[in-house]
Amino acid sequence: MTEIAPPRAAVRAEGEALMATFRAAGALPVECDMLQPAGTLLDLYGEDIRARAYVTADPLRGEMMLRPDFTVPVVETHMAHGADPARYCYLGEVFRKQDRPGARPSEFLQVGFELFDRTEPQAADAEVFALFAQALAPLGLRAVTGDIGILMAAVRGLKTTERRRAALLRHVWRPHRFRALLDRFSGRSAMAPARARLLERLTSGSAQDLIGAAGPMIGLRSEDEIAARAAALVEDAAAPPLAATEAALLYDLLTLEAPAGAALRHLRGIEPMLPAIAPAVDRFEARLAALAAHGIDPETLPFEAGHGRSSMEYYDGFVFSFHAANPDLPPVATGGRYDALTEVLGQGRSIPAVGGVIRPALVAGLRGDAA
Amino acid sequence: MSLRIGVPSKGRLMEKTFGWFGARGVTMARTGNDREYAGAVDGIAGVELVLLSAGEIPRELAAGRIHLGVTGSDLVRDKLADWPRQVVELAPLGFGHADLILAVPCCWVDVETVDDLDAAAAAFRRSHGHRLRIATKYHRLVRDFLTAQGVADYQLVDSQGATEGTVKHQTAEAIADITSSGETLRANHLKVLEDGMIHRSQAVLFAARTAPWTGDTETLRALARKLGLDLPGDLVPGA
Repeated sequence: MTEIAPPRAAVRAEGEALMATFRAAGALPVECDMLQPAGTLLDLYGEDIRARAYVTADPLRGEMMLRPDFTVPVVETHMAHGADPARYCYLGEVFRKQDRPGARPSEFLQVGFELFDRTEPQAADAEVFALFAQALAPLGLRAVTGDIGILMAAVRGLKTTERRRAALLRHVWRPHRFRALLDRFSGRSAMAPARARLLERLTSGSAQDLIGAAGPMIGLRSEDEIAARAAALVEDAAAPPLAATEAALLYDLLTLEAPAGAALRHLRGIEPMLPAIAPAVDRFEARLAALAAHGIDPETLPFEAGHGRSSMEYYDGFVFSFHAANPDLPPVATGGRYDALTEVLGQGRSIPAVGGVIRPALVAGLRGDAA
Repeated sequence: MSLRIGVPSKGRLMEKTFGWFGARGVTMARTGNDREYAGAVDGIAGVELVLLSAGEIPRELAAGRIHLGVTGSDLVRDKLADWPRQVVELAPLGFGHADLILAVPCCWVDVETVDDLDAAAAAFRRSHGHRLRIATKYHRLVRDFLTAQGVADYQLVDSQGATEGTVKHQTAEAIADITSSGETLRANHLKVLEDGMIHRSQAVLFAARTAPWTGDTETLRALARKLGLDLPGDLVPGA
């Protein structure tokens, strides 16, 4: 990869060529506002997005963000007046703050494709991946796929308390915290001394007495909320650790990296010990069959069970990315399934959705290198 | 040319900085009347004293408008992105100690650690419909700390002063602020989380990587000798 960025006109032309490919695949072009309400994005992604998105103030609409991606506005557009099923494509700038001086741009073109379809999700996954693979084929990129749905199904099937399952699910996208919780719930890490002392106090008297003795009630968090969590802590301390086999299977799942066909056989092998993953593995198998129908060989397609967990994209099923040989470059394309996001944005209504984005600047740069 | 050194313009931080340099044979003093921000340096030639608010010194260092500056390590880390690329720590000065900590109401008997705070934030968001608010003026340091810890369902609300009062006034549920003795926290019925130490701050002498050192390298070397400092090799070519 050359250090010199390709000319902007060449980048836009690359984006427009990809738009034409997406239109030819049946997508309707959509336009989205560059200024997005910050509240929606903050509620979805949390405070972390402030470190990545440009925030500005509108005198009437309050805090706004220069769009850090298209997914949210495209979903909102679809929810407002979309056909069902629907395919959309878009081309435009997105903005990401860079906290380190270097080559990563803070403003760049993105071209994307989103597919909303409630009939055959695995076929939709395969359609999107095959479309991207074909569009990027001349560049010789390395593809990686994953499926966050399998990990989530494994967590939902753990024989433990509902509270522990919910805590793990909440942190699926934060691998560090997820691991710490898993270590704690499976008894692999010793209880922190502070927690031990806390439990000793909480079991020594009623929560109400402890709260009364600790000082005046201040703030919005009520005495009932405090007492409820104190009770939950005491209850959790009495819960047995995860069975060693279940915990071992989950650790195994977190590190599973293999060609997709081999990964499927491995998952089928552990399924009898973790039956809850069966429906997710069935979906995985159906997706591989759909991909094979598009000419993509599962026996050579790389699969990583943990792929996509540390991105902010809210993916909860199939995920994929395409990478250039240079490890310093961001992925050329990323995408995945985000059913939960449409549920959050749809306020009760939801529609299964899968899509992805390509960075035309990287495509143009790689084409320049190859020429 | 002269070597410009930024020093806090008032209060104990200024006096202690003057004391630190004075003990090493570099005499600093304010000049003119006591409302005028002008100063002089004796004991070494070619050094100019620039009196600034401690909060502005990181920015002036990053812009290269001063060569050296004394300010809190917390301010540099919070105000400068990727600070080691912009400034170099030449010497901790051993005063201006303060800790940036996370604190919650004492009545939260169920919360002692960051892990507890994270769990409380999840429940709080469910019952109140908004994320748990943490009042602070140290946005970058606090957000980086909570991101590294994998905490979710919180939001930072800006508080430029009297931060300890925000919980009582219900504009925040928790705070992240500087404390030295903890007295103000206790007076406001707040307690520090056991693992809630975000940064141990003190006054530090910083050097700007981007300042135009040309012509001032001799002065810098002479000053470093007087102060007993080792200069990092990558700061000034040949220094």
